[in-house]
Amino acid sequence: MAHLRKTGDAVFSKVEKVNSELFSLTYGAIVTQLLKDYEEVDATNEQLEKMGYNIGIRLVDEFLAKAQISSCQNFSETAEVIAKVGFKMFLGVTAEVTNSNASEFSLQLTDNPLAEFVELPEQYSQLSYSNMLCGVLRGALEMVQMRVECTLTKDALWGDDVTELRVVLKELMDEEYKDDDE
Amino acid sequence: MRRALDRPLPRGKTEVGLSAFAFLFSEFIQYSQTRVNTADELQHKLEEAGVGIGRRVLELACLRDKSSRRETRILGILQFIQSTVWKMLFGTTADSLEKAVDQDDEFMIVEKSPLVNAFISSAPCNCAAFTAGIVRGVLEGAQFPAQVSAREYADTRTVILIKFAPEVVEREKRIS
Repeated sequence: MAHLRKTGDAVFSKVEKVNSELFSLTYGAIVTQLLKDYEEVDATNEQLEKMGYNIGIRLVDEFLAKAQISSCQNFSETAEVIAKVGFKMFLGVTAEVTNSNASEFSLQLTDNPLAEFVELPEQYSQLSYSNMLCGVLRGALEMVQMRVECTLTKDALWGDDVTELRVVLKELMDEEYKDDDE
Repeated sequence: MRRALDRPLPRGKTEVGLSAFAFLFSEFIQYSQTRVNTADELQHKLEEAGVGIGRRVLELACLRDKSSRRETRILGILQFIQSTVWKMLFGTTADSLEKAVDQDDEFMIVEKSPLVNAFISSAPCNCAAFTAGIVRGVLEGAQFPAQVSAREYADTRTVILIKFAPEVVEREKRIS
């Protein structure tokens, strides 16, 4: 998978970039605002995922256009492409793929630009701070005909060594062709 | 448990894709829109988000800047924002810093094409309110309370207008 890593580096070197701290702090401001608005953790987790989904369905276009990836042969390859090219292109970091098979995989992040400077206070210890990433993956994969479920299974903010996203393939959706004449 | 303060201070050189930020910011605006009734309220929300960032940026910049000097003069703090803060967040200094001709307490930071507005073609309010919030956060944290607002002009120029509170102007007169 070394070539994917190279592709990721090449794409990231070409795209316009911004300081990751502006990004971290803005994300933090959003999470804080959601916690204020919803006043509880579960609804906040859900809303973060939803916002991620909205981003994912739009972000995939840019990804396909700029990364010039040919279609993936199997789900494990999809995992590698997301980990080495997708994450790199947008967040400047790569993820490690683990426990990968034909219908599920995990992505592990050592550096998570979303959670820089963050510590969870006790009353929010169950917060899936980076849950937006789950939504982004769900939205983006849905646009390429894969319905998945994505959950945050480990988080450095919870005391884990890494941040881990578990992606489970639920359904390969058929592409619908519509005839213009009808 | 991970303690943010026990970890070494990041050097602030890492970057993410600009579009990642643009997507995030636009989603924030769209979300905020569902929680407000008027454009003014939306602007206020963006500003509030910025203020929290400004306070944190001030602390971070001061920790990184080893001179341990504290800005006490109006011009000093404004230049700190125009150069240090802007470089930290947006990669370059702000295009210019100007003083209002007829007012002693009004200053302007002018940006030719601000980053936060880069991908926004139609918004119900001026999204540079976010940047204005950041500036207010820094100023408040540094004990320079001020009203900060953002104005957009047709040529993509954005002006951040800073009007210092009377006590700041008084203090400035006293120490000069």
